[in-house]
Amino acid sequence: MLAFYGFKDGSGDWFITIDTDKCTGCGACVEVCPTQALAVGENAYDPFSEVHVARVKDEERKKIRYACAPCEPGYGAKPPPCVAVCEPGAIAHSEAWQQSYGNK
Amino acid sequence: MAEGTSNEYWRWPEGKWTNPDIDWKKGTIIAAGVDVGSVSSQVVVVVDGELYSFGNTRTGYDSPDSARKAMHIALEETGLTVNNIDYCIGTGYGRVNVPMAQRTITEIACHARGANFMYGPEVRTVMDMGGQDCKAINCDEKGKVLNFMMNDKCAAGTGRGMEVFADLIRVPVWEIGPRSFQIEKEPPMISSTCVVFAKSEVVGLLEQGVPENDIMAAYCAAMAHRIMELLNRLGVHEKFVITGGIAKNEGVVKRLEKELGIKTAEKKWHKPEYKNYPFDTQIAGAAGAALFAEAMVSKGKAKSVRKA
Amino acid sequence: MIVAGIDLGGKNAHVVILKDDEVVAQGENATGIQKAVAAETVYDETLNKAGFNRKDVKRVVATGSAGKRVAFADGVIPDAAADARGVNRLFPSARTVIDVGAEEGRAIKISPEGKVLDFAINEKCAAGTGTFVEAMARALEISVEEMATISLKSNSSIPMNAQCAVFGESEVVSLIHQKVEKQDIAKAVHDAIAGRIASVARIIGLEKDVVVIGGMAKNNGFIDSLKKETHLDVIVPPDPDFVGALGAAVAAASGVLQEQVEAKVVELETVEEGQAS
Repeated sequence: MLAFYGFKDGSGDWFITIDTDKCTGCGACVEVCPTQALAVGENAYDPFSEVHVARVKDEERKKIRYACAPCEPGYGAKPPPCVAVCEPGAIAHSEAWQQSYGNK
Repeated sequence: MAEGTSNEYWRWPEGKWTNPDIDWKKGTIIAAGVDVGSVSSQVVVVVDGELYSFGNTRTGYDSPDSARKAMHIALEETGLTVNNIDYCIGTGYGRVNVPMAQRTITEIACHARGANFMYGPEVRTVMDMGGQDCKAINCDEKGKVLNFMMNDKCAAGTGRGMEVFADLIRVPVWEIGPRSFQIEKEPPMISSTCVVFAKSEVVGLLEQGVPENDIMAAYCAAMAHRIMELLNRLGVHEKFVITGGIAKNEGVVKRLEKELGIKTAEKKWHKPEYKNYPFDTQIAGAAGAALFAEAMVSKGKAKSVRKA
Repeated sequence: MIVAGIDLGGKNAHVVILKDDEVVAQGENATGIQKAVAAETVYDETLNKAGFNRKDVKRVVATGSAGKRVAFADGVIPDAAADARGVNRLFPSARTVIDVGAEEGRAIKISPEGKVLDFAINEKCAAGTGTFVEAMARALEISVEEMATISLKSNSSIPMNAQCAVFGESEVVSLIHQKVEKQDIAKAVHDAIAGRIASVARIIGLEKDVVVIGGMAKNNGFIDSLKKETHLDVIVPPDPDFVGALGAAVAAASGVLQEQVEAKVVELETVEEGQAS
């Protein structure tokens, strides 16, 4: 399952995507996120599944634009810590950050 | 979560229905789903997986009270009480505050399951616009979520966005759809995404003497466009269905279909025996919750709490 | 030499007139629906105050979200450039500018010479602008001024869930219904928007001295929340909503008619003396 966490407003589409088929629930991304925006737990979208996967915390979803901006997703010198540490490549960011804050 | 005021331009009528073909006393598992949304609340009761009754009401200031009110409406004149219910699942914006629910499940999962029940196993994409959110969901033939996207941060592209507009031009929401087509030519859409800035834009158009129907068309077109952008990011596949209050607004639905190049599925029950039952798109979430409740008991994943 | 700067914003228009580098008059007016007309009116009114005519003015530079609608301007520069010049003029020690108007909120990193080094904008969303506060004030049924005053009396810290002006209004109504004191709600509103503005500012880095301008800077409740959020003693000049126009006037005085501003890159185009009309 591909979960999009974030929001769409007048300034753009600000989403983190987590592919729960790839996610192993290892929690590495949770550890490295500077704003502690991530967590690992039950898959809320499949009530019969027992597998634990990563998600964006509920209280962070609507502010994800600001949470992720300092990590410069998509345009920084390095990938953001959560992306860098994810072995299966389950986590990604939409282009909004790069479009709004990256070098044009 | 606004209560009624004297000018209720945003108020969809309340609804209730009971299945005349079912005697709940003969059923084995009686399950309920309670969907407390930011703007409206629904309860659906299923008996052995068949639709038994539903109630639809405006959410008040108090989520638990709204849940109770919707439950009361659904159970009215059935003889059924909460004590006869085997399992109840809460969902929606106020799901943590549903007093009669044994557990909660996200609305995403419930809407997919509910849409599958209402429209059938060919459903692959569900778009639900609630009072304060907009969700896009792709699901499989069993109603299981394959991917999803939700916006509940920004009022644009939510029911509230349409309500604010209805209040501003003083036209009831249910009139906006039809009137938006009583125009000569499709006007350019409202350019501001933000509902607050769109309001100023609308005021400007009114002052310029643009006809009200044209402004309604422009607003519906803008909303359809935002939804289309959200959906296309996820990918839209047929059967495509829309649930929630916005499904009742043809002004947005038809323009969305045009932008996507995909028609929404006909609003009718998948099960042929349900042919004459009312089809209220707002009950999808509660229906999904009720079906999850039933499945959990029948599969032994949860214990019945039935008292009588 | 007499020059003028005009900042035609979404809500208000401000004019500053400089004579030999001193501010001799300033004026403001609501922008309204007829933006070009509002610009003409406020310009003429301000000139009148100073005892000048249009032909006394050597150069007019416009800025603001509707800057391009100023028919009588000799040049238009971006808001960030105007803000940078205006703030630098008042506070040469300033390195960060926060400008919150009715329709946009921006944070600008400026050089010691008043050039834009980097900026980040909150645009197309009322939640990061003065409009948010106005909407909440309406829900509280008080003026923004009153809201600013009472919020300073509150000691509570209620986080707002809503990140949107429309949902925020519903949330405020809900809080009122829960019998939360108006002063506590007022503070919650200011804390909420200060949080968003600070987040935008952190994108470019909050380097001292931080100067806050724009209409929202007049709101003491907001400024108090911003100071607490950033742990910084931000500076607010008197008449903070005129600083954009001041910057445009400073640009006019330097002969600057056009300026390109990009994040991390600045290009400048100066008019040669004698070329400008």
